[in-house]
Amino acid sequence: MTEEMKHPLSDYLRMDRLPHIWCAGCGLGIILHSYVEAIQELSMDLDKIVTVSGIGCAGRASGYVNTDAFHTTHGRALPFATGISISRPDLKTVVISGDGDLFAIGGNHLIHAARRNVDMLVICSNNFNYGMTGAQYGPTTPLNTRTPTSPYGSIENPFNLVALVASSGATMVSRWTVYHVYHLKNAIKKGLQKKGFSFIEVISPCTTGFGRLNKQTPIEMMRQLRDNTKIMKVHPMEATIDPSTEIIIGDFVDVRKPTYGEILRELEAKAR
Amino acid sequence: MAKQRIKLIKQLCKGCGYCIEFCPNNVFEKSEEITERGVTPPRIKNPDKCTLCGLCTRLCPDFALIIEEDEGDG
Amino acid sequence: MANRVLTGTRFVHGDWACAEGAISAGCGYYAAYPITPATEIAERIAQRFPVLGGKFIQFEDEIGAIASVIGASFSGLKAMTATSGPGVSLMLENIGLAVMTEAPCVIVNVMRGGPSTGQPTMGAQGDVMQCRWGMHGDVETIALAPQSVQEMYDLTVEAFNLSEAYRTPVFLLSDANIGHLYERLTIPREEELTLVDRKRPTLPPSEYLPYRADESLVPPMASFGDGYRFYSTGLTHDEKGYPDMSVETQDKLVRRLCDKIRRNTDKITMVETLMTDDCEVLVVAYGIAARSAATAVKQARERGLKAGLLRLVSLWPFPDKLLEKMAEDAKAVIVAEMNYGQLVREVERAVKPKPVRFLPKLGENPHTPGEILEAIRRIDA
Ligand SMILES: Cc1ncc(C[n+]2csc(CCOP(=O)(O)OP(=O)(O)O)c2C)c(N)n1
Ligand code: SF4
Ligand SMILES: [Mg+2]
Repeated sequence: MTEEMKHPLSDYLRMDRLPHIWCAGCGLGIILHSYVEAIQELSMDLDKIVTVSGIGCAGRASGYVNTDAFHTTHGRALPFATGISISRPDLKTVVISGDGDLFAIGGNHLIHAARRNVDMLVICSNNFNYGMTGAQYGPTTPLNTRTPTSPYGSIENPFNLVALVASSGATMVSRWTVYHVYHLKNAIKKGLQKKGFSFIEVISPCTTGFGRLNKQTPIEMMRQLRDNTKIMKVHPMEATIDPSTEIIIGDFVDVRKPTYGEILRELEAKAR
Repeated sequence: MAKQRIKLIKQLCKGCGYCIEFCPNNVFEKSEEITERGVTPPRIKNPDKCTLCGLCTRLCPDFALIIEEDEGDG
Repeated sequence: MANRVLTGTRFVHGDWACAEGAISAGCGYYAAYPITPATEIAERIAQRFPVLGGKFIQFEDEIGAIASVIGASFSGLKAMTATSGPGVSLMLENIGLAVMTEAPCVIVNVMRGGPSTGQPTMGAQGDVMQCRWGMHGDVETIALAPQSVQEMYDLTVEAFNLSEAYRTPVFLLSDANIGHLYERLTIPREEELTLVDRKRPTLPPSEYLPYRADESLVPPMASFGDGYRFYSTGLTHDEKGYPDMSVETQDKLVRRLCDKIRRNTDKITMVETLMTDDCEVLVVAYGIAARSAATAVKQARERGLKAGLLRLVSLWPFPDKLLEKMAEDAKAVIVAEMNYGQLVREVERAVKPKPVRFLPKLGENPHTPGEILEAIRRIDA
């Protein structure tokens, strides 16, 4: 960015890396905006946050944030972040990554990180496909969707991410969309302050991938997020998701359990 | 207090049109311009209708809309 | 509070010695997934770490273990994982990440028979090339091969020192025979240990470039939370750490990553020689196989055969020049290793056109001294 004026978020972003790589209308920029604005509104110390991501379009998010940040391998953001969270409990560890990264190749790490209640916030961009590799179907793609690797329509059942994460033991579970910017920001603020494994699914349009496949413009995709969503306070198992008809969104779980780090420190105190 | 206004940072805009579509007060419209990146940025057609709610700055995926102090240069 | 360094002499097994070596070296983070014959390292660490404040976590798999080790390394801790061949196979992509982002860490491979699940409880030296070439892309590796319980301790300390000095993952290539062997171990007093710590940035955060190196080719390393707010990626990156897909940046980065090790081959190399001064038959061996080789060389000398032993304590980077020089006056070279032909290829390359006789060994037991002696005798005849 060459503009002489100071951007209101310039302390929070790596301005020398903007414009970012994401396509026109891609929801990832909105997620990034919500994240840094949440940090700003909480007046958090940028030196004490580590932003970690895996590989994919969403995985590029860590590269734009002015905190310590790490772009790991595909699917491994969570174990990497676990290493930080355990080693440096004084830092806030945040993972921003994609649905494929966190639930396909990295799915095993996700359920175990939630089970252990490792103290970290996970922001998962769900765009219903593997955006970066060209919109192939993945673990969130609705049944019957045509993609380059499911030319006759996907024959696999998708995960319900919030139900899966909640049943694995996460202590905070929410689902919002990039259209719901204020709710999203508030959920991120809550997650940043929360002790424990916190998970926010953010439905986000992949405009050139999923959008083009479904013959939708970016604006139509955003309208759908406005019109097909219903805010409800339900059990995550009931938070159904079908992008073409109805997506239940909201804050579903918020409980307090001892974190892995807290239990470990107790154990250390006893062992000594 | 200095007056504030919405400002477009043109070189960050990718022309998605979300601001035009979702501004509750219909402040933006499509321009005829084509920027260096080959996109059509929005134009502020109704500056007086802007309540500075900031929704467009948050829905803009590209950090291209900001609220800044109005230096009165029109 | 318990003692970190358990100074004294004990009768213990190799995995135990390795765990204590890590603790003596200042290891503060250990992550692993159970696998024979490396599990006992985790068991010892799990016992000791809570008392010392070290962080032990048993992961859901080896991929998670190594990824978390890199995260811990960037959090400022000395970090390690231990496994066997199947686990290393799973780790390779992330070991490449450690190479690319320059994360000091130690990977212990207590080798067992392969391929695949192979012979879980039985020793082998079949992963020598895996640790050298398993990662995709151009990579240089450092690997050390202990031959005794004492060296399981000593070389674990050394592996940490090398990883910190060169900001790179370092392999300790042991095997089931040594991991499960009981022998005398002497742990020195804490003040007798030489420990190396990674170079820290001296510039203020505003001037710090996380991937700018001086002539040592090793950039100073900030930790998360230090206020440097650096970004690190497995993508090809410039000195700022930012992704850069240009030909120039790829060329410069890959050369630096390799050269920081290649150029220091002499410094890193550790060998031990036995009666090599006037030897006509040079035996080359490492790890457990070197013990039989040493006996064989002594027996050969008793029989008037001019044999000598070059024991490679470090395997990678491979000491080409040293091999060439050592073999100069020999009639032939014998390589004895517990596989079907791995390091022998490096030796052949280095000593060309000297004839090289290879003694393979598959399935648990190392060569007997008699087998190696017989090979020496045949060459001399
Ligand atoms: C080990 C490995 N396998 C495959 C890939 C190729 N790959 C890169 S990104 C990606 C999918 C990312 O999907 P998702 O996490 O949903 O992110 P998105 O691009 O949709 O934001 C894949 C399969 C890779 N980088 N590494
Ligand atoms: S491919 Fe999809 S997810 Fe990736 S940047 Fe483009 S719109 Fe976003
Ligand atoms: Mg995706």
